[in-house]
Amino acid sequence: MAGANSVLDAAAIRREFPVLTSEINGKPVVYLDSANTSQKPNVVIDAMTTFMRESYAPINRSAYTLAASATEKYEGARAAMAKFINANSTNEIVFTKNATEALNLIAYSWGRANLKRGDVVVLTHMEHHANIVPWQMLQQERGIELRWVPLTSDFQLDLSSLPTLLAGAKVFSFTAMSNVLGTINPVEKLCAAAHAAGALAIVDACQSVPHSPTDVRALGADFAMFSSHKMCGPSGVGVLWGREALLEAMPPFLGGGNMISEVRLDGFKCAELPAKFEAGTPPITEVVGLGAAVEYLNGVGMANIRQHEIAMSSYVLEMLTSRFGDDITIHGPRNPELRGSTFSFAFRGIHPHDLSQVLDQSNVCVRAGHHCAKPLMKIIGANATARASFYLYNTTQDADALADALDSASDIF
Amino acid sequence: MPGIEDLYREIILDHYRTPRNRGELAPPAVYAEGNNPLCGDDIRVYLDVVDGVVRDVKFSGQGCSISQSSTSMMTVAVKGKTIEEVRAFVRRFKHMMTLSEDGETVDQSIKLGDIEALQGVVKFPVRIKCATLGWNTLLEGLDEATK
Repeated sequence: MAGANSVLDAAAIRREFPVLTSEINGKPVVYLDSANTSQKPNVVIDAMTTFMRESYAPINRSAYTLAASATEKYEGARAAMAKFINANSTNEIVFTKNATEALNLIAYSWGRANLKRGDVVVLTHMEHHANIVPWQMLQQERGIELRWVPLTSDFQLDLSSLPTLLAGAKVFSFTAMSNVLGTINPVEKLCAAAHAAGALAIVDACQSVPHSPTDVRALGADFAMFSSHKMCGPSGVGVLWGREALLEAMPPFLGGGNMISEVRLDGFKCAELPAKFEAGTPPITEVVGLGAAVEYLNGVGMANIRQHEIAMSSYVLEMLTSRFGDDITIHGPRNPELRGSTFSFAFRGIHPHDLSQVLDQSNVCVRAGHHCAKPLMKIIGANATARASFYLYNTTQDADALADALDSASDIF
Repeated sequence: MPGIEDLYREIILDHYRTPRNRGELAPPAVYAEGNNPLCGDDIRVYLDVVDGVVRDVKFSGQGCSISQSSTSMMTVAVKGKTIEEVRAFVRRFKHMMTLSEDGETVDQSIKLGDIEALQGVVKFPVRIKCATLGWNTLLEGLDEATK
């Protein structure tokens, strides 16, 4: 691949994604919004349509062959996911709607069982709304205290204040990678710091699991969560991973079918893990699709994807700086090894909304706005930024197309 | 696909580069705040209303070219009008932006002048909110002024 020292043939990978080979107004789509949601490869789309055409049936509740086979496929995806993140067992993999629901599940179920007035939950200035608002809801409801780990001037977490902030804390919940800055946090170190203070370590892994190898045991976390739609799988399903003893001790979240072992008029008994946290009919087809996405990513190799994105980051940083110099401000670390391939930027004073509109004329898809991280935007002094994010299917040509489109924006404003 | 020139008409870019009536008004003038959660824009519209007439109007805040220029043009248009005239004018504008409410009567004889340049925004539905941000904030300011 020209210009970037990559281990992947991203151009060949790109051809496996129908949206990326489509055209709008006779021009190819340049998709740079994978931090928002990723595109889907044929193998995922085919797995879902084949399942609906040939094998669709309820899971866990009927004896006939078709239902048994659907259950097997659903549970097969769970087993593949457990292996993908090196969980201890499939009991630790709970399918939720998305990572947001998983964080709400923890705040609601673990939080209400374990946190009382004055208890401390530590978050960071890098969090997106899903790891802020559920805790603020608990703060309003029962008066817990929220503390915040600030940033350094080079877009890292300021760890100098960490021991003070964690003193007496019950929970430390943080992102593995900022969806705005691209900063990759030292997750193992942060988990160790949380445990040293006697706090639970919760890792929002939305931006890390799709992009690099994940070993939840090595991280030393207590809970982690991420969404299928950011990792080549369908929307509508996410994963909560938790240590089995913790999940075991937690009260249920949503009540209903599938999560019970017994219901009488005078009460109910919960089902065993992981069904305990999967009330109602789950997104069966979507879980099957997620299983296919895991298989696909394994085939490409997560370490290869990480290497490719480091190469892309190097290329993007150098190319944008050499073409635009001081006219572009990138809000995030400069070292490609310390960041993911997600770039929030300001360009020649053009409002991000206008910028994305002009880029759209060249089919360059970037997100403009606050990226669901309004507190962080305020801290970095921007109401909004434009954000270009790269994934396994992006090439240096995509980066060049972004730069060319930026040039055309200057012509208008 | 509509062309970008339908959106960024010269008069719009002119008001964006050189906004009219930018600034603040001290009490007893009132103000209202509006924001667009989609893009993080926020805006303040200040109104000095005396004897039912908008004597002065200013705006502050941050936003994209469409929200800033639309608000700038709005301030030019409403200054000196009575509250009732302003409300009828806003209804006429929102009608052009395809945002009339059911059963609302719109006086089609009201001339929008330069503001008609914003009609191109309708072809970019995502941006209609940008164009109407200042106007909705103006309505809130009028409510505040007539409390």
